[in-house]
Amino acid sequence: MIGYIHSTDSFGTVDGPGVRFLVFMQGCPMRCLYCHNPDTWQTGTGTQMTVDEILELYHKNSGFYKHGGITVTGGEPLLQIDFVTELFRRAREIGIHTCIDTSGITFNPQSEDSLLKHKKLLAVTSLVMLDIKHIDTEHHKRLTGHSNENILAFASLVSDSGVDLWIRHVVVDGYTTDPVYQKKLGEFIATLKTVKALDVLAYHTMGKAKYKSMGLDYPLGDLPPLDGDKLKAARDNIISAFRDRRAQLIRDGQFDRDLKH
Amino acid sequence: MVKMYEAWEGFEAGTWVHEINVRSFIKHNYTPYDGDESFLKGATKNTLDLWAQVMELTKEEREKGGVLDMDTKIISTITSHGPAYLDKDKEVIVGFQTDKPFKRALMPYGGIRMAEKALQDNGYTIDPQVKEFFTKYRKTHNAGVFDVYTPEMRACRSSHIITGLPDAYGRGRIIGDYRRVALYGVDRLIEDKMEQKETTRSTMYSDVIRIREELSEQIRALEELKEMAMSYGFDISKPARDTKEAIQWTYFAYLAAVKEQNGAAMSLGRTSTFIDIYSTRDLKLGRYTEEQIQEMVDHFIMKLRLIKFARTPEYNALFSGDPQWVTESIGGVAIDGRHMVTKMSYRYLHTLKNLGAAPEPNLTVLWSTRLPLNFKRFCAKTSIETSSVQYENDDLMRSTHGDDYAIACCVSSMRIGKEMQFFGARANLAKGLLYAINGGVDEISGKQVGPEYRPITSEYLDYDEVMHKYDQMMQWLASVYVNTLNIIHYMHDKYCYEKIQMALHDKDVKRWFATGIAGLSVVADSLSAIKYAKVKCIRNENGIVTDYEVEGDFPKFGNDDDRVDSIAYDIVHRFMEHIRKNHTYRNSVPTTSILTITSNVVYGKNTGATPDGRKKGEAFAPGANPMHRRDTHGAVASLSSVAKLPFIDAQDGISNTFSIIPGALGKDDRIFAGDLEVNFDCSNGACGTPTLFEGLEDNAK
Repeated sequence: MIGYIHSTDSFGTVDGPGVRFLVFMQGCPMRCLYCHNPDTWQTGTGTQMTVDEILELYHKNSGFYKHGGITVTGGEPLLQIDFVTELFRRAREIGIHTCIDTSGITFNPQSEDSLLKHKKLLAVTSLVMLDIKHIDTEHHKRLTGHSNENILAFASLVSDSGVDLWIRHVVVDGYTTDPVYQKKLGEFIATLKTVKALDVLAYHTMGKAKYKSMGLDYPLGDLPPLDGDKLKAARDNIISAFRDRRAQLIRDGQFDRDLKH
Repeated sequence: MVKMYEAWEGFEAGTWVHEINVRSFIKHNYTPYDGDESFLKGATKNTLDLWAQVMELTKEEREKGGVLDMDTKIISTITSHGPAYLDKDKEVIVGFQTDKPFKRALMPYGGIRMAEKALQDNGYTIDPQVKEFFTKYRKTHNAGVFDVYTPEMRACRSSHIITGLPDAYGRGRIIGDYRRVALYGVDRLIEDKMEQKETTRSTMYSDVIRIREELSEQIRALEELKEMAMSYGFDISKPARDTKEAIQWTYFAYLAAVKEQNGAAMSLGRTSTFIDIYSTRDLKLGRYTEEQIQEMVDHFIMKLRLIKFARTPEYNALFSGDPQWVTESIGGVAIDGRHMVTKMSYRYLHTLKNLGAAPEPNLTVLWSTRLPLNFKRFCAKTSIETSSVQYENDDLMRSTHGDDYAIACCVSSMRIGKEMQFFGARANLAKGLLYAINGGVDEISGKQVGPEYRPITSEYLDYDEVMHKYDQMMQWLASVYVNTLNIIHYMHDKYCYEKIQMALHDKDVKRWFATGIAGLSVVADSLSAIKYAKVKCIRNENGIVTDYEVEGDFPKFGNDDDRVDSIAYDIVHRFMEHIRKNHTYRNSVPTTSILTITSNVVYGKNTGATPDGRKKGEAFAPGANPMHRRDTHGAVASLSSVAKLPFIDAQDGISNTFSIIPGALGKDDRIFAGDLEVNFDCSNGACGTPTLFEGLEDNAK
């Protein structure tokens, strides 16, 4: 099976546990205002690689990845879900920790086919890192060009499938700094049974240069990188809402505390 | 009869009691430390006061253009200057190179012109008598070398196919076993040297004459060392009795070396675990507190940061700054399987916190997967906070050098007191490739520098033809290079002998004949371009190829691609084989290094365009690094390419300069350690990347 690959990186340290081999898939339907990889948007381009070729690159330096694994990111890797599923199936066969870094945008709970494919992928996935850009669908649209219902549904699917989940959330001044929504986000995350971690990230401007070199306007103009205090406030708000909601769920008996994976 | 000293009370005896053998002393007495850094103490008031004074002087030095004061008259020797202090009452460890902190000494034995120019360029004038003396009456190393150089050698030198030769400055890269002075006291070392002199062969061949003369020089230097220490009020004829004396004795020995030699790298050795034996004993006896011991270490390191030499702007350009390479090797694993991390290893690194980050002394961790995890974490944390720690692969070097070696300069490993090195700059292999293409004609000057082999005349380069010619050119280059170095080291021994450093060596030392390679990744990529893409020659009006056009893409070194990595391997191996074909001075063992770590800019500047698309004058990559921005597959792939180079052919070291934003390694200061060890599990929160929810659930009752 052939995938369209933007690039690979032999030393990923922030995309999942341990040192990881990263596969950047080409193509993404989202147009997040703060996207720092605009060069991965276009579909149908990139280097064509087989599953074998990718695994071979992994094996060359597998000593480095003993406590890490493979992370497939992008772009939006689930645009090529069949390829990723095959890659993960093969990787899991030989005990490699598989992680997908996704926006969840491709999931369509109404479609039998989509449901089946995503379940099949999750069966061979060790960890999902799901990026929730905004908890409110209107704001989500403003930020990414898409509504968020399917994304939240995907989060629940991961949770129900018993696959570990890390939630990522980027804090952008004026876009995701409203405490009301931060609270809502925390409350939503509390309902996800398999969530293991929350990674609240500060907006940065490292992507700017890429826009320039591609001749694109940078959507967020001169918006400065998020300062540390605002990041901390966001993290605190989300976590405290998480805590309250989770406690409530436990008290109501709707959340089985023992349901740990 | 075995002489025992009171100072040795409480130490376990071993071979070291019978012979000069610091390694045996360490092995019998050191205490590995597996704990964490929580025992460390901060800087004392005295330390902070002294450091404030240093910062003030540093500011003045900077404002004066980089040099605060220079000696124009007194020729620096071990005893040439009286004592100097920052603040006598506050300094726990004392000693400066001249009669004033920050004053640079005059060292003309390497070459009077260089010494004079270093003064001139900084606005000072050499004393005319000194100049006359070293021009008319006393020959220097530099004068000796130029008496013997052949025209071919001179041509190679000025075309920069061989660059950075230590023919006008001190070769350095010799590490005296400065610890011997602390352990044995100078008198015992003198006795030992006397005995060595008495036991030389008796027929006076020139090598016997030479060793007898050298031993006499060494004994004289040891006497001077005692005298110098005495001027500071210390009698170092006997062994050091406690931590403070052990550090002070060791430092005096090192200080004597930097009073005598302005070497290209004046490294310290491997002192921390040695000193730890004294501090462990003192702590047990209640002689000193942890705070006092840290203060001694802080003051010692502070002194090492203030080692300064008189140098010219050209020298500083070659070495990218004004480095002393006061390298200190820390950690590693012993042959018996125990790691050699001690509390003192922590204390040394902790100076980066107490005194702030600094490039000197060059604190170098001898890294092994078997170092204790706590120490790895501490190293990682210190690296992230200070960017001032160098790492070297102990697992690799231990098999060649045992467990009492140290690093001279940046990567040159040698057994302390048992091995020394003849430092030999670098051959520019990228320029060598251009000579192969142009039949020995220099692409910049147009002069015939190399042998007049037939040049390549085709428009497009053919890989097999280029390789054939390149191999011949490398053979020539290796030969002229080694012979040039033979002259240099002969003359350095004769006119600028490292008396005190060699006094702190065994009599029969193993000598490494260190050569070096510059431009390896340029060569590998060039040959790869010739092989996998099409390279068109652009010739000037004289038919000299001065530029290249590359058509198509080709594998580039630094991406873990065997197609080009194997070329790099092959070049290193071939060049080393050519080096080995030559006679080397004083039965030294040839090695090579790939570490243009500080000179890549200068070498690039003097090299024309290369077939990999690099433009004329563009900097080379440092050391064995891939060319800038050509490694596009992340750090592991880049490092893997470098790791494939044959250490057996480049035993003097392979360096890779690696910069990374701390944030790219993870989100707190501990992630790096775990990853190098590849031994931690993020799901339990150890790596601390994101906020983990394990604990949160418990709070949510």
